[in-house]
Amino acid sequence: MALLIRNTGGRYGWIAILLHWSVGLLFIGQIVLGLVMVRTTSQRSAFELIQLHKSFGFLLFGLILLRLGWRLANVTPRLPAETGLLERRAAPAAHFALYALQLVLPLTGWALVSASVLEIPTMPFDLFVMPNLPVPISDAAEGWWRVVHVYLAYAAIVLVAVHVLAALRHHFWLRDIILVRMISPSRRCDDDGPE
Amino acid sequence: MLSRSLVIATLAAAVVAGPSALAAASLSAAGGRYTISQAGSSIRFSIGKAGGGSLDGAFARFTGNIRVDNANADRSEVNITIMPASVGTGQGRIDAFLRSDAVFDAANDPEIRFRSTNVRRTGETTATITGNLTARGKTSPEKFQAELKSFAGGTITFRVTGKVLRSRYGMDVGTPIYSNVVEFDMTLSGRRG
Repeated sequence: MALLIRNTGGRYGWIAILLHWSVGLLFIGQIVLGLVMVRTTSQRSAFELIQLHKSFGFLLFGLILLRLGWRLANVTPRLPAETGLLERRAAPAAHFALYALQLVLPLTGWALVSASVLEIPTMPFDLFVMPNLPVPISDAAEGWWRVVHVYLAYAAIVLVAVHVLAALRHHFWLRDIILVRMISPSRRCDDDGPE
Repeated sequence: MLSRSLVIATLAAAVVAGPSALAAASLSAAGGRYTISQAGSSIRFSIGKAGGGSLDGAFARFTGNIRVDNANADRSEVNITIMPASVGTGQGRIDAFLRSDAVFDAANDPEIRFRSTNVRRTGETTATITGNLTARGKTSPEKFQAELKSFAGGTITFRVTGKVLRSRYGMDVGTPIYSNVVEFDMTLSGRRG
């Protein structure tokens, strides 16, 4: 059987699946790392964790751009026929909000670093110097970006939780293919039509 | 004609020889022991940043003494003790970071010490100072270049520069974003006695 690369009307291809899980794991990892690094009392550990958060943030940002491009260049597999009207409307809105956060969280983090009067260079994984965004530099600007970054992250925690719970509900309660088709393209949607 | 060229030659010789002759005269009278005073002295440092620019700072509190031995320059001595808690970069958050156990651990290691082991004259007004630098319980040999800037009224002033690798003292946090090389630029002014 040929490897399914692109999405079809009923199935996610391997690229979409790999991008979904790598972005998802990194995204949750970044939230955990962010929460831990600002609560670390050792200044050295805090500094190193923050640099790691910046490195993974840029890796994530690159993956998210790829993911958005792939999403726009592919069809989105349809929802199962039995999906209720409320979910039919809520799911795309929640997915849109998740994509928006994936894009805006790294950007606000980048802006926060760029606005800091500390002017700490950003070197993703010590490989190269990432230039700063052209934003005003001041304590006030840094504080403002920090608030935006942090509250968007809190919003992301809520949305990710809803997303995960909805997927589990589909799998264990509704017993449909929603979760499984994001794990492998060999599992097709029951009402998969002609492709 | 002859007298004019003689005058020019004499003037030229005086201009060329002048500063070093003056300095040599000063230094030969400068023998003795000096206590470094914070007034007129400064200990500044600079650490290069990846992508350009540098982190610059200074230590506000330090003590020390200089012994200038005229008969035998090699017996001259320099001892400096720096209080890292007095570090200042103009950014409170960076200062707090430098004082913390991430860098100086000033609460547990309140002093950075330099004790010269050898002073070697390299010119009329210059010398290379070798010695042991101790910070955070680690001692390592370091080398600094000293230049006599002024000597008058019992006050002697040297400019001392040198490069120190901070990794030798367990202070390598932030490399390679911040260079491992710390460039010191000190003005040490001592009063006789």
